[in-house]
Amino acid sequence: MSPELLKLIFGRLGFESLPLHEPIVVGTFVVVALGGAALLGGLTYFRLWGYLWREWFTTVDHKRIGIMYMILGIVMLLRGFADALMMRGQQMLAFGGSEGYLNAHHYDQVFTAHGVIMIFFVAMPLVTGLMNYVVPLQIGARDVSFPFLNNFSFWMTVGGAVLVMASLFIGEFARTGWLAYPPLSNIGYSPDVGVDYYIWALQVAGVGTTLSGINLICTIVKLRCPGMTMMKMPVFTWTSLCTNVLIVASFPVLTVVLALLSLDRYVGTNFFTNDFGGSPMMYVNLIWIWGHPEVYILVLPAFGIFSEVTSTFSGKRLFGYTSMVYATVVITILSYLVWLHHFFTMGSGASVNSFFGITTMIISIPTGAKMFNWLFTMYRGRIRYELPMMWTIAFMLTFVIGGMTGVLLAVPPADFVLHNSLFLIAHFHNVIIGGVVFGAFAGINYWFPKAFGFKLDPFWGKMSFWFWVTGFYLAFMPLYVLGLMGVTRRLRVFDDPSLQIWFVIAAIGAVFVFIGILSMLMQFAVSLLKREQLKDVTGDPWDARTLEWATSSPPPDYNFAFTPVVHDNDAWWDMKKRGYQRPLTGFKPIHMPSSTGTGVILAGLATAMGFGLIWYIWWLAAVSFIAMLAVGIGHTFNYHRDFDIPAEDVIRTEDARTKLLAGAK
Amino acid sequence: MSTDTHAAGAHDHHHGDGHAHGTFSSYMLGFVLSVVLTAIPFWLVMSGTLPSKQVTALVIMAFAIVQIVVHMIYFLHMNTTSENGWSMMALIFTIVMVVIALSGSLWVMSHLNSNMMPVHQMTGMK
Repeated sequence: MSPELLKLIFGRLGFESLPLHEPIVVGTFVVVALGGAALLGGLTYFRLWGYLWREWFTTVDHKRIGIMYMILGIVMLLRGFADALMMRGQQMLAFGGSEGYLNAHHYDQVFTAHGVIMIFFVAMPLVTGLMNYVVPLQIGARDVSFPFLNNFSFWMTVGGAVLVMASLFIGEFARTGWLAYPPLSNIGYSPDVGVDYYIWALQVAGVGTTLSGINLICTIVKLRCPGMTMMKMPVFTWTSLCTNVLIVASFPVLTVVLALLSLDRYVGTNFFTNDFGGSPMMYVNLIWIWGHPEVYILVLPAFGIFSEVTSTFSGKRLFGYTSMVYATVVITILSYLVWLHHFFTMGSGASVNSFFGITTMIISIPTGAKMFNWLFTMYRGRIRYELPMMWTIAFMLTFVIGGMTGVLLAVPPADFVLHNSLFLIAHFHNVIIGGVVFGAFAGINYWFPKAFGFKLDPFWGKMSFWFWVTGFYLAFMPLYVLGLMGVTRRLRVFDDPSLQIWFVIAAIGAVFVFIGILSMLMQFAVSLLKREQLKDVTGDPWDARTLEWATSSPPPDYNFAFTPVVHDNDAWWDMKKRGYQRPLTGFKPIHMPSSTGTGVILAGLATAMGFGLIWYIWWLAAVSFIAMLAVGIGHTFNYHRDFDIPAEDVIRTEDARTKLLAGAK
Repeated sequence: MSTDTHAAGAHDHHHGDGHAHGTFSSYMLGFVLSVVLTAIPFWLVMSGTLPSKQVTALVIMAFAIVQIVVHMIYFLHMNTTSENGWSMMALIFTIVMVVIALSGSLWVMSHLNSNMMPVHQMTGMK
């Protein structure tokens, strides 16, 4: 075939795009291919494809979508953490003339992929998954406002993750750092597909995130059960509301910035170039207008989880509910007023820097108020140190340290010394791991019995906890030291041999965290095997306080046979106190949304379009775009959108629960 | 004592709780206002009536803002009571965000431009 024809069909994609010259990547590919083949073979052998397609992939049930988000987050955590281990290994070895084992081309991709994956495809899915699962249950709703949209959002997030993963074996990923600053990310300096993978992975996943934000806002505003006024909403629902408001307000900025960058790369505009009137500094400014709210998007739901956990495991009403709500709202607004602290050193004058330094320090006040609220909730409470509470305590200790180094960095003169150093790396891992990751783990351990009907095994949970926590301190406290000594981020080789010991300690810490992750996987496996011993028949294994514990574990498809009516902040606690009796008769058919495969198909087409655009395979991009429009319009003619669960099925489900409850007493 | 209502529907159906629907005359009024508010800036630019370009630009901006308000009232049916005030709340929040992002970016970028762009010295050096 002629080169022109090949170019027309395959764009820039060719055999030379496959990273066959990188033994590490080839090895990874072999392992992934074998594992993937085993998984696919197993699914086929056990005839699970039909089940997965009908019951999971096409489901519009917020609970199953929530669980799928969690699985996505945990799978991607393994990928992102593999990158982290590689970086720690490289930096530990590359001393005294050694080049380490990663070449610059590969190492730069590794640190970029680590950041992108951990934020967009680990932290975001974990947070979104928990919100998806818990929020409708907490507000006594049957599902989210737009169940189909929810399925579509999830698959768009998966589409983005697929593109990032594809970049490992087909072509390469960006070598620019996780925010792809121009001019480095412009076509002149990054002519390869790496930055295009970055752009389209985030654009595809970003659609999903934005739509899921709209969906959850609407759910919280419109679908609260009778009696649940705004100031009677559980704190997790409040923080979820604020997070989704932040998502809807900030993700469009990211979308636009990346769209402008792609115009620069694809059609030769000059928004962020060095010449012809372009300004790379504008990119930095705009992306942080999204980027700073993003960190609060991640941490606010974690704050909500800690609030629920602290009051449940202290056996007390949350101290200062109103102040908690106002602190959350204040953080929501203030998070838009601090973005410049990410680039104090770019050359703004003293007035701009001091304004943003002061707003940054102010934001620590509502956060501090929250910390005191949790402490006062625990004060004179009957604290039970179960796993969710242990993660919460670890969070409180760790996050305060990270918060203090954050306030330190908020001082512009101090930032001039520490900017882009490992001190900064230590700081944001301190707050993201200490806040978001510990929060997600607290949430997983807390709500797992609700989702699956059995608790998680405490022994392996504690193994995971101690390895994670000690591993975190071992891995990141040395980075504070190194940062103060002036070591900057993203370095591949080092000259000064006296630094090596700190990197060795950090690498040992990373291995500890690795054992923590393995223990967590072990915890899931062991709990599954011991599910009969760990069973929760009551639906309320922790003696908890909010509405999700009023229904069975796992909840029936329709969540609540009758919509609950709420009279108090801690609705379920109030119901228990007043001797609530479960209704046993009078069940009616329940109106529910139907499953649909459209979300999977649309997201698959969007991913194909992204792939086409990345490799300049224009026909693929055009065909999949037209197909997306066709499928989208076709879906509007789908009238099988809902069905009724017959009253008999509801009666059967509820009677089964009545028997279980009688057996438990 | 039961704390449940016997609501069988999937969601509570509150149709018409503050949903404003326009009438023919309100749509017409909105349309005419939009046309007028578009025609005036067009005329200003084409005829060059105003003395300076800067003043023309400012006046067009002002008309654009009025245009946005007209669209919101007549086409999006914004008022203080629709959706229990949530629409107004969302609007205020949006305006606050846009004002912060725009004014902040202008402020920051003007600083960066005057401090960091090497154009002035470069031309001097040549």
